[in-house]
Amino acid sequence: MSDAVTRADHHPHHDPHKLGRAHGGGHGHHGPDTKHTIGAGEHGPASKRIIVGYGFWIFLLSDIIMFSAIFATYAVLHGATAGGPTSAQLFDLSNVAIETGCLLISSFICGLAMIAAHERHMLWTQIGLVFTGLFGLAFLVLELREFADMIAHGAGPQRSAFLSSFFTLVGCHGLHVTVGLLWLGTMMAQVWAKGFTQPIQRRLLCFSLFWHALDIIWVALFTIVYLLGAGQ
Amino acid sequence: MSSHDQGVYEEDLAPGDEHSQVLAGVRGYAVGLILATGLTATSFWVAATHSLWGPGVPIGLCVLAIAQMGIHLAFFLHITTGPDNTNNVLALAFGVLIVFLVVAGSLWIMANMNANMMPMPMNQMTNLQMQHG
Repeated sequence: MSDAVTRADHHPHHDPHKLGRAHGGGHGHHGPDTKHTIGAGEHGPASKRIIVGYGFWIFLLSDIIMFSAIFATYAVLHGATAGGPTSAQLFDLSNVAIETGCLLISSFICGLAMIAAHERHMLWTQIGLVFTGLFGLAFLVLELREFADMIAHGAGPQRSAFLSSFFTLVGCHGLHVTVGLLWLGTMMAQVWAKGFTQPIQRRLLCFSLFWHALDIIWVALFTIVYLLGAGQ
Repeated sequence: MSSHDQGVYEEDLAPGDEHSQVLAGVRGYAVGLILATGLTATSFWVAATHSLWGPGVPIGLCVLAIAQMGIHLAFFLHITTGPDNTNNVLALAFGVLIVFLVVAGSLWIMANMNANMMPMPMNQMTNLQMQHG
């Protein structure tokens, strides 16, 4: 008797980690009543949605690893101010708090838009995506104003190694938000033109993962750069 | 997802079950937003106030940040400990390992190099200043 049947008799949910997934269709000799106890192996490889989501998750993790290198650079160069302004003199925490609020609300509304998209409700999906973008845009405007203000006061990226690494790190996150906004606009047009087809749903899934991952990077960023920097 | 496709409104509900996927989803994101906002507010309060023991503040801020990242992962990215998430969690664990190695390794090596730097005249120090300025 095959191994799968022996295990299925003892444990109804014997394959929680779906290790048998690769043996899709290989258990054809079982009766219909044992079919549900075999696990995911019956269904063959994972669906395209799961594979696309997993691949995008790997990309996001590699993106986070790239950010970790920039974070390490910033942490090493934090004290290298070359006689210029230090982090404690530059940062305005109330501005950062408003930026953080914008990103959090944007992420929340993005989640609501994904629920609406899952329900295939066009109006609420578009409304959710619009407000996701508006709060993202508000974040970007606040950040650019902060940058312009610093550069106007002689604290531009060429002033010291500390400021070079600051503009690289915060600017790289801002660049990601900008790309996300462009992607968001594209997705709104695609949802409008093509409806809630499977490819569109997969792209929306990837976009929401991207948008939420930017929040995680921002949490590390406002803690390490702004909160720890303002206290020193 | 599958219960919705079959139409949850026609079936009986067990106590504690949600009436719809929409409500459950909105509730999940709302809980995540409230927790994240609370942790963010605590972080900013810890950084702004002077009533806490100074040397403990950076550690407290790091703990709050890691907690908030966990909240974002669980409630927004839906990374869970369930069996259908094993692959995602393993990839995340590997990513966290690499992030830790890159950040901690860089700081360790650069601190060592700073400590072992040859003493040099002040006019050169202003160009290569690595100490806290």
